[in-house]
Amino acid sequence: MTRAERGRIAFSFDGQTMQGAAGDTLAAALIANGVSLVARSFKLHRRRGIMGSGVEEPSALVTVGSGAHVEPNVRATDVFLYPGLVATSQNAWPSLALDIGAVNSLAAALIPAGFYYKTFFGPPSRWMLYERFIRRAAGLGRPPVLPDPDRYGHRSAFCDCLVVGGGPAGLRAAWDAVQAGQRVILVELDARAGGSLLAETVTIDGMPGAEWAAAMVERIRAGGGRVLLRTTAIAHWDDNFVQAVERRREPGEPGEGDAQVLWKLRAGRVVFASGGIERPLVFVNNDLPGVMLARAARELVLRHGVVPGQRAVIATSHDHAYRTAFALADAGVEVVAILDTRADPAGPVVAAARARFAVHADARVLRAVARGGRVGAVEALIGGTRMRLSADLLAMSGGETPVLHLHRQAGGALDYDAARGAFAPGAARQAHETHGAAAGIHALAAILPGATIADPLGTVTPPVAGPVWRGEVPGKAFVDFQNDVTTDDLALAQREGYVSVEHTKRYTTLGMATDQGKTGAMVALAQIADLRGLPLPEAGLTTFRPPYTPVTMGAFAGPARGEHAGPIRRLPLAAAHDAHHALWVPAGAWMRPRAYLQPGESLGAASLREARMVRASVGVVDVSSLAKFEIAGPDALKVVETVCATPVAKLAVGRGRYTLMLREDGMVMDDGTLWRLAEDRWLITSSTGGAARMARHLSYAMDILLSHPRAAVIEVSEHWAGLAVAGPRAVAVLAELTGEPVPAHMGLIDAVIAGVPVRLLAASYSGERAFEVHVAADAAAAVFAALVAAAQGAGGGLYGLDAMDHLRVEKGHVVIGAEADGRTTPADLGLGGMLRKAGGYIGWQGLTRPALANPAGRRQLVGLTATTGQPIPEGAMLVGQPGDDPAGHVTTSAPRVAGEGQIALGLLADGAGRHGETLLAWSPTRKQTVPVMVGAPLFYDAEGARYRD
Amino acid sequence: MLQIPCPHCGARNQEEFTYERTPDSVVRISDAPDAAMTTLYARANPRGEEQEIWVHLCGQWLQLTRDRLTHAIRDVVPL
Repeated sequence: MTRAERGRIAFSFDGQTMQGAAGDTLAAALIANGVSLVARSFKLHRRRGIMGSGVEEPSALVTVGSGAHVEPNVRATDVFLYPGLVATSQNAWPSLALDIGAVNSLAAALIPAGFYYKTFFGPPSRWMLYERFIRRAAGLGRPPVLPDPDRYGHRSAFCDCLVVGGGPAGLRAAWDAVQAGQRVILVELDARAGGSLLAETVTIDGMPGAEWAAAMVERIRAGGGRVLLRTTAIAHWDDNFVQAVERRREPGEPGEGDAQVLWKLRAGRVVFASGGIERPLVFVNNDLPGVMLARAARELVLRHGVVPGQRAVIATSHDHAYRTAFALADAGVEVVAILDTRADPAGPVVAAARARFAVHADARVLRAVARGGRVGAVEALIGGTRMRLSADLLAMSGGETPVLHLHRQAGGALDYDAARGAFAPGAARQAHETHGAAAGIHALAAILPGATIADPLGTVTPPVAGPVWRGEVPGKAFVDFQNDVTTDDLALAQREGYVSVEHTKRYTTLGMATDQGKTGAMVALAQIADLRGLPLPEAGLTTFRPPYTPVTMGAFAGPARGEHAGPIRRLPLAAAHDAHHALWVPAGAWMRPRAYLQPGESLGAASLREARMVRASVGVVDVSSLAKFEIAGPDALKVVETVCATPVAKLAVGRGRYTLMLREDGMVMDDGTLWRLAEDRWLITSSTGGAARMARHLSYAMDILLSHPRAAVIEVSEHWAGLAVAGPRAVAVLAELTGEPVPAHMGLIDAVIAGVPVRLLAASYSGERAFEVHVAADAAAAVFAALVAAAQGAGGGLYGLDAMDHLRVEKGHVVIGAEADGRTTPADLGLGGMLRKAGGYIGWQGLTRPALANPAGRRQLVGLTATTGQPIPEGAMLVGQPGDDPAGHVTTSAPRVAGEGQIALGLLADGAGRHGETLLAWSPTRKQTVPVMVGAPLFYDAEGARYRD
Repeated sequence: MLQIPCPHCGARNQEEFTYERTPDSVVRISDAPDAAMTTLYARANPRGEEQEIWVHLCGQWLQLTRDRLTHAIRDVVPL
């Protein structure tokens, strides 16, 4: 289909509406509309146009889309037109044509590579002034500030053969695999299959190359293979795990469903048919609009029907670029000359060219001369004579670099081919192989054995590298176009001692832009090798890291964003709490009731009211999220003794105790309660947040430490809902509901409430007489209703997490994560006396270390009282004077429940011996300094009278 | 993303497993304190093959013989 036969698509660039053709890239459409200035370069703000044809494009970066859909740094060659596409230029003010940033070019001598390491000395405040201007002076696009409204999917797939690249080699490999009965997936980053064929005039089996490619895709699909177009393989990981990003919509394009899909592919074997990327030649002003890679110019004509200039010079080091001369000439462009750097080019293609064009051997471009904002003339050295050729298009080719990024990520080796000045894929470490141009094989007859191939121009010789630039004329010769790195910068790096390629890269930022130096990396390497007087492979190569092309963050997040970023766990009684107007708060993955606000009540007022209600009458709180484990079997005691650091064996059946679980280094890892349900059956409860950790800890103890003892551990955290009933009226409430005597403090019984079997565990967290009621989660609603009704009847009601926290602070109970923060031993928390003297628990060895065993200097648990009644800021440092090194910090603060005032728990160096001291709780970030008095970490019922009936 | 052979479930993606430690870093309850701390903190760091204890989300503990340079898994033993 000719360009005229394709549908029209309206788009805009920098506010100007234009028309393109269906199938155009934005770049092709801009050129068709006569636009040659597309961007301003990163540092020097030089005029830039379109240089390449695909993802390797370094210069033509634009911002596409608007509002929340805006995407910066889009390569104009890698976005396909859709109706209403809005594109704007970047890094230019006030306009692309009249960019003030161009002054950077005038000052270029002052801002070579690494200039910022040598300038801007002085006080930090002066730097903050410079920084504001520097930030605006250089850059690429602006990042979006609105949340990404697009949806992104994740898909997994498996295949016997994954083919990366849909050019002739990839299509053939996929077809061969399909015919061999293998499951095949082929990924191609372009919108169409064909690869290099899309810029050629060959016919295969009687069809033009592009048509043959489309037909091959249909055959592969008909044979059961999966072909994903517009899909880029971005990374190759272990065991042939390859990630690929499929663009279902272009940047900024509106639509339904996933905008992009991240494919997670596991393949039996991988075929890399990723082709090669053309290299630029190095000469002064090789970055001007109108200076293009030869294949890109050819593709504009043959694929898009667009002519990028009127008078063309082709500059090349090998045969392939000659094809561009023929394509341009056939499209009506005047081909002024072909400049071949080789001394004696020969062969059928050269001969055919000589018959039609002026072909010069031993010819090198020295400088591209600007006229009217784009190239207007070419200064060349031809056989030793300087000549000036008038041209508005310079198609250059300094060889080809095989795309070996994924081969390298897969651990493959590289072999250097000195004849071509390029690396070839060496030994593979995983099950992968490289086909086609990526392996240095260009002849279609070799890639498609058995196919009938007609090439009007005859076979070309393999591409060879262009000559090294030695500054034959002064001026800027670019090796990295996107980061504005010139050959002068490379020489500077060498002079300053940044000799290795790793240092040169980081000092000059060579290859560190969003294009990862796809066009210029090997060219720069040749320059560096020449400066160092080394063969190129000895100059070294930097590491190829994923992703192969930039990937939007949303594609990695996939469906796990916003509310779906992680699982949300809802309590079995969530609906019942909602009916009581619970204010919910995330506690880890769980949503728990924080308080039950009455009309007009603030959160602080509600939680204090609830806490006082517990001390005065009775309260009910949901503790279902606590971790719970049952351990049973003849060796159950051994398991419990391994994990719990307190005495265990003498605990009688029907009794429980508070217990600690330590890490191997002796630090407190978790705490909870331990109950003996039967001779060989135990129940452990532990912290909500540590449930997964405790489950794994128990599994490790069972399988690794104890080598499968005669015992089983079952996690029953979700099996039992838990409701704590606490307060002086708790005994009366439960006795009435169960119809039997409640257990003594730290005892347990099985009972029935509202016809439902329950277990009552007499443990207290609040400091009042209390019971945990365990009931099967799916039967909990009736028990909850009965408990709440009875509590309300006794003058009490529901309480939430905040009230529970206030109550436990008064009693000095520690919380894992607050007081026990992974740096505290039991002794630090005042619990050293609780440890089992016979040892034999995880952590006993760690505790014997002198630094832990000696309490001197250790931060110990203390209670803090605000002497002025101000709330004590959590996390505040404990100091004598503001500015002192902290002697400790505030872990949890709370209002007093029994009485008035503000209290807190904290960790203070040698705190046990400092009761009575006055310190400051100092928080400079919150600008708060609160005087506090140090005391025992216990503010209520020191004798434990409340636990006795 | 390694593929790790769980003795119970077969070859599964690495994200389903949790690395624990090497078997020579396992501290036994019966170890004397000095030996225990040396075991815990002084780790070998071989440039090549080592044994590794992993656990699959099915609950199966396993020991791999894995090359830390090439990532190749040579052997797997259920624990």
